[in-house]
Amino acid sequence: MKSALDQAEAVQGAAAAAVRLTPRRGRLLREMAKRYDLYLMLLLPIGWYLLFQYGPLYGLQIAFKNFSPAKGILASEWVGLDNFHRFFDSYYFNRLLWNTFTINLFSMLVAFPIPIALALICNEIPSRKFGKWLQNITFIPHFMSVVVIVGILNVFLSPETGPINALIEALGGQPIRFLEDASWFKPIFIGSNIWQNMGWQSIIYIAALSGVNPQLYEAAKMDGASRLRRVWHVSLPGIVPVIVIMLILDIGHFMDIGFEKILLMQNNLNIEASDVISTFVYTTGIQKGEYSYTAAIGLFNSVINLILLLLVNRFARKVSETSLW
Amino acid sequence: MSKQAAASKPSDERWFDAIVYILAALVMAAVLYPLIFVISASFSDPAKVLGGEVWLLPKNVSMAAYQNILHNRDIWNGYLNTIIYAAIGTAINMIMTILAAYPLSRPDLPGRKLIMVVITLTMFFSGGLIPTYLLVKNLGMVNTLWALIVPGAIATYNLIVMRTYFQTSIPWELQEAAHMDGCSNWRMLWNIILPLSKPILAVMVLFYAVGHWNSFFNALIYIRDESKYPLQIVLREILMISQSDAVDANVGLESKVLLAESIKYAVIIVSSLPMLILYPFVQRHFVKGVMIGSIKG
Repeated sequence: MKSALDQAEAVQGAAAAAVRLTPRRGRLLREMAKRYDLYLMLLLPIGWYLLFQYGPLYGLQIAFKNFSPAKGILASEWVGLDNFHRFFDSYYFNRLLWNTFTINLFSMLVAFPIPIALALICNEIPSRKFGKWLQNITFIPHFMSVVVIVGILNVFLSPETGPINALIEALGGQPIRFLEDASWFKPIFIGSNIWQNMGWQSIIYIAALSGVNPQLYEAAKMDGASRLRRVWHVSLPGIVPVIVIMLILDIGHFMDIGFEKILLMQNNLNIEASDVISTFVYTTGIQKGEYSYTAAIGLFNSVINLILLLLVNRFARKVSETSLW
Repeated sequence: MSKQAAASKPSDERWFDAIVYILAALVMAAVLYPLIFVISASFSDPAKVLGGEVWLLPKNVSMAAYQNILHNRDIWNGYLNTIIYAAIGTAINMIMTILAAYPLSRPDLPGRKLIMVVITLTMFFSGGLIPTYLLVKNLGMVNTLWALIVPGAIATYNLIVMRTYFQTSIPWELQEAAHMDGCSNWRMLWNIILPLSKPILAVMVLFYAVGHWNSFFNALIYIRDESKYPLQIVLREILMISQSDAVDANVGLESKVLLAESIKYAVIIVSSLPMLILYPFVQRHFVKGVMIGSIKG
């Protein structure tokens, strides 16, 4: 049971501590000791973060070592940047970098604006009920697993039994082996991503649109702006901050979109277009056991992501005064 | 909108409406068509499916594929494993996320800013696949269900969403009042915070459970025994590594190929069934989750 004094102080102290930490060390320690049970709650999660998030960061040093499982991380000898040099000089370096960049760049150019367009359509539909249907239906594929999505691609695009090729043949064309053709890999990968995720990604824009001040629409209407102009000059500017945030977050993961799906879609016939850094790390690192080498490649990947994130965030802050931090 | 109102609209407004409706209908058709195709094919006579005759509605309705799945032990074993992994995994996810989110939502906790920075940093930079794999291996978790559960015990994004909810939806005055009455922090969490946070808890359970249900990569790298395979790995073998072993051995070779092909459609349906059944009931919770997340995201 707490003393009456403690309780009285808790009331005052709680609000005050929220704003400023006391300069005096003794007071701070007392504040902390009083809330020891909150730290107790944090014990397990923080332990988890240290072990499973920061532990791998510690293990990342094998990127600069010649790691052998027998010796362990610490005892393996340092090799400097050898692993990186080996990667940069390898014949597949250009291919991996090119595929990783183009898949993600095209994803961004094509797939990023579509949820925004969908949200605008949803917002402009006069019938609310129809709009709800549109939302609910476009969400469905989001909840399916990558395995199921790639399975659907397999049967849907099949040269023998799929309806797409049936249509091509009915129109007098030759069936196309979509999934075994390097030139079709990227369009199919990106197209099916759009199919799966556009509804889900549009939610956030729909929410943002509902927050746009209705008076702005009225004013624009008074000024004789057409519906299309109202969308362009009122709706779109109203959600720019959200768009910028989503763009920054996307670019922060620029190098690792859709790794599992690429892995599932990959085969010997389309490897020319589907070999990306993350799948290479998996096949070479985990399947072949070249840990140090692929840890270095993974680090290279993460560093590029981080640099892109920082650059874009900085750029966004300058241009639109919206940023992550 | 009434008919008169629609008629009184200027013609460019009506054109605009028409175009919006057409675009919306096209999007809906494009999303639904592949799903309808798979459902129809799964209920069709395998010979018709293989002949490429099914394109919208089932031809010669047949349950052969489903009957075959009924006898496939791998699928049911995978189903059972996935249910176990998802149940234990989600429980651990929830405990860990709540234990982290509640203290960090307290404005009076010294050091919470620092802890938040430590946590948020992991969203932008991580050790990557190989060091994580080696860690899990060194901890002796390979080929156990812990490898599927423990490394992903907390999703930082979910943690931040839950913390935001605790901060914004539960009045701080309420907690202060409870403190004055001598309520401990554990009791506060259990008796006040959690009962008041049911919506966000439901959303988080759904997010985590769907994640477990759909995940396949961790099992791919960590699980060696076939008897421990989750559903998604079994699915991958049937769908992608097309093999006729999945089919009952009592039929001839030709019908074996037929069934191996048609079983694919039914397997897609069966494995997505729990989600599809739950979907109408839970989808607005999902939407709510994204909305809450977007407040401070």
